[in-house]
Amino acid sequence: MKSRLIAAAAAAALAVGCAGTGTGQGTESASASQPKASNARPRYTPPEDPYPSTYRAYPGVPTAIVGATVFDGEGGRIENGTVVLLDGRVQAIGGPDTPIPDGATRIDGAGRWVTPGVIDVHSHLGNYPSPGVDAHSDGNEATNPVRPEVWAEHSVWPQDPGFSRALANGGVTTLQILPGSANLFGGRGVTLRNVPARTMQGMRFPGAPRGLKIACGENPKRVYGNRNTMPATRMGNIAVMRATWQRAIEYRERRARDPNTPRDFQLETLVGALDGDILVHNHCYRADEMAIMLDMAEEFGFRISTFHHAVEAYKIPDLLRARGACAAMWADWWGFKMESYDAINENIPFVHNAGACAIMHSDDSNGIQRLNQEAAKALADGRRAGVEIADEVAWRWLAINPATALGIEEETGSLRVGKRADVVLWNGNPFSVYTRPQQVWIDGALLYDMNNPRLRPVSDFELGQPGEGDVK
Amino acid sequence: MRRLGILLAGIAALASAPLLAQTIAITGGRVVVGDGTPAIEGGTVVIRDGRVVAAGANVAVPAGAQVVDARGKWVTPGVVAGFSRIGLVEVDAVGETNDISANGSPFSAAIDVAPAVNPQASSIAVSRAAGVTRAVVSPGTGRSIFAGQGAVIDLAGDMEPITRARAFQFIEFGEAGSDDAGGSRASAHVLLRNALREARDLRLPVGSRPASPAPAGGGALPEDRAENPYLMSGAQRSDDVLLTRFDAAALVPVLQGRQLLLVHVERASDILQTLALKQEFPNLRLVLVGATEGWRVADRIAAARVPVIANALVDLPATFEQLAATQSNVGRLHAAGVRVAIGMINDDEARQVRLSTQYAGNLVGIARLPGHQGLSWDDAFAAISSAPAEVLGLGNEIGSLRAGRRGDVVIWDGDPLELSSGVEAVWIDGVRQDLTNRQTRLRDRYRDAQEGALPNAYDPR
Repeated sequence: MKSRLIAAAAAAALAVGCAGTGTGQGTESASASQPKASNARPRYTPPEDPYPSTYRAYPGVPTAIVGATVFDGEGGRIENGTVVLLDGRVQAIGGPDTPIPDGATRIDGAGRWVTPGVIDVHSHLGNYPSPGVDAHSDGNEATNPVRPEVWAEHSVWPQDPGFSRALANGGVTTLQILPGSANLFGGRGVTLRNVPARTMQGMRFPGAPRGLKIACGENPKRVYGNRNTMPATRMGNIAVMRATWQRAIEYRERRARDPNTPRDFQLETLVGALDGDILVHNHCYRADEMAIMLDMAEEFGFRISTFHHAVEAYKIPDLLRARGACAAMWADWWGFKMESYDAINENIPFVHNAGACAIMHSDDSNGIQRLNQEAAKALADGRRAGVEIADEVAWRWLAINPATALGIEEETGSLRVGKRADVVLWNGNPFSVYTRPQQVWIDGALLYDMNNPRLRPVSDFELGQPGEGDVK
Repeated sequence: MRRLGILLAGIAALASAPLLAQTIAITGGRVVVGDGTPAIEGGTVVIRDGRVVAAGANVAVPAGAQVVDARGKWVTPGVVAGFSRIGLVEVDAVGETNDISANGSPFSAAIDVAPAVNPQASSIAVSRAAGVTRAVVSPGTGRSIFAGQGAVIDLAGDMEPITRARAFQFIEFGEAGSDDAGGSRASAHVLLRNALREARDLRLPVGSRPASPAPAGGGALPEDRAENPYLMSGAQRSDDVLLTRFDAAALVPVLQGRQLLLVHVERASDILQTLALKQEFPNLRLVLVGATEGWRVADRIAAARVPVIANALVDLPATFEQLAATQSNVGRLHAAGVRVAIGMINDDEARQVRLSTQYAGNLVGIARLPGHQGLSWDDAFAAISSAPAEVLGLGNEIGSLRAGRRGDVVIWDGDPLELSSGVEAVWIDGVRQDLTNRQTRLRDRYRDAQEGALPNAYDPR
């Protein structure tokens, strides 16, 4: 089995390597310095993207949703709006006079809302799937606080029934699966299309950058401190992180000088983060710790895309804004641990109002089914505290902001013409508790329809079990 | 506020009674009685001496009443959290503050949460500000399927939280019960049967009578005699027993049907096995807790006339005992004639009972979807007010605005089940409540995160 995989990887390397030598780290100069032998086998070049996406858009039909209230995901709103989906892309968005292609299926959106699909930057569907038995506990490689060499995608079980709930009840079309936070460096995250598939690769978002999960605070120091190993304190957390980033910088220099430097999969991930190819997602609750992490990013020259579980972001929105880091937050989770003790319901609107990038995230197989409701609560609490944010602007928390945090904002996250047609038609105002997705399209393919039981995905796990195919 | 607390502490014995003989009339609001009846536009709610006197359309405002204008608002009974662990925890992961379970205790069924409830827990004030006025508080299991005796509490800002102590016994009887019983459901069943028989076999000391007055000059502690004479040291037992005397004595009221037995089961077959206990122990007053797969045997639950406290929105096969999970469970049970209340079972139950309104609202929402079964708005609100009260046998005391109920009233700025709505005022036992808490204080401190001439720590208080 192992040798077959290596052979396959080598074959893929040949194909990908040819196209991508321009970005290889010094491979051209290295080969130039070596004596050429006409019969020598081509030097092995690792593929830039092993385990590549095999996702292809599912078939769709030209579709026009007319007469709906449209939130475009970037803060725009259209009443009596029209959204046209064609060839998997948003072909048009506008008012009632928007041209509709001949033969397009017209869907009456009167009294309904259209939004871009919900994007969750923080999910453990697939690596902490249902049922949550030990055999499925694949989110934390808690064997060393520094594990950047593990990739969450290698833990994702595509048959997790949670994916379908997020689609049908939550209108989630894209989500990032992250490793857990037991480790300081938890490993790489992967961004998925929320489609049923036989393989993880069948869900991988084509071209989406990978993430790097790092963690501050209580979890790493508790996990390793309990084993009497470093880190056992917050200062230990920082010390191990700094030493590790320094190793990565030295590795990058060594590789640049000598391409034959043996590959180090730990440090390769970190070099990807230093180079900006891998986006840093930092589990960090407390304001003071976020401030330290922002300085650490400057010290070593990486950028923090997003602080996750940023319960105290409201205390430092000025810092977040100045450094361009997003804060991914819950509406009202609090008090489950010390570092979540200072949560306030107005966290997201306060961060948004200060001009920083605010994101609603779930970290939860139930919460991911109601991110629209979570946003609604935060929005209302903000308004009661005097922060007026329009509904359509608040939808950014679920759309363009998380898309930007994941580096896929050119592809999805709003209803711009030419973007992927990831669209939810809601059966009412999506900020109402009484509203649910009526239909959900991913790349223009209708993959959920509340009126059509055949468009209700059932995972392999659920087949032959009580409740198979039931409404959920 | 603090003076109020001291005053309350001073009259602890009367704490469940209101402080002041005050009459309050809340007028002009959309009044939800909470018993499943439709809302009343422009209704009036009158509270006197801590109790609801009247609620409805043609209610006169008594002379001298303090009038609260609720025009454009909604007026409801306070939310009753149908299953929770509120007041037993400050921070979950800080073990010193967590009194849910006692893994090292020699006792099980005898455990009584009432003295552990902390009325000053942050979660009490946070939940009160969200309109929750009463809660069912259950201990969690330690080394036995018996968790002990839970209470019904109020969430007022005083030092006397207990509405009814020892309102029920809670047991784990599914996957968790199997674990507690040493590794199998079969073991849990034999543990339960043995324990109830040990309770049955307790004998009072010769010559004593249940509930007889304490003899002058001492003897048994008064609460033992008044509530449970089987605790007296002279009570006789066989040598062949597993339970401590305290634990066995605590199960006597369960066996006799004087105390509810709340049983946490999820799987359909576990539900049926629980219902079957009534054949063996006919006086048991059972309540099913959880019952994720209840819809599959809804007719059997209805026929047994056993009420259910269920999670509202569980729809994942999170465990193998919840394979048939669906958000339509509550609606299907209700439609089958089962009395269902919404609770929070293993769902942030120590801190997030304020989600009850959102959960109930979701059940109204799914009622519009093909194939789903939800609840009407009126039934959904009842599922977080009168239904949990009735399930706990307190329907005459709390959970609705019917005359004679305790004066637990909430004014909302909109539909209480809607996400955009907020709480404007709360009364508990007729006493107007403070709605500030740590979260609102932090909010106010950081409304402008920029620090001024001095750090935020010097903000005016």
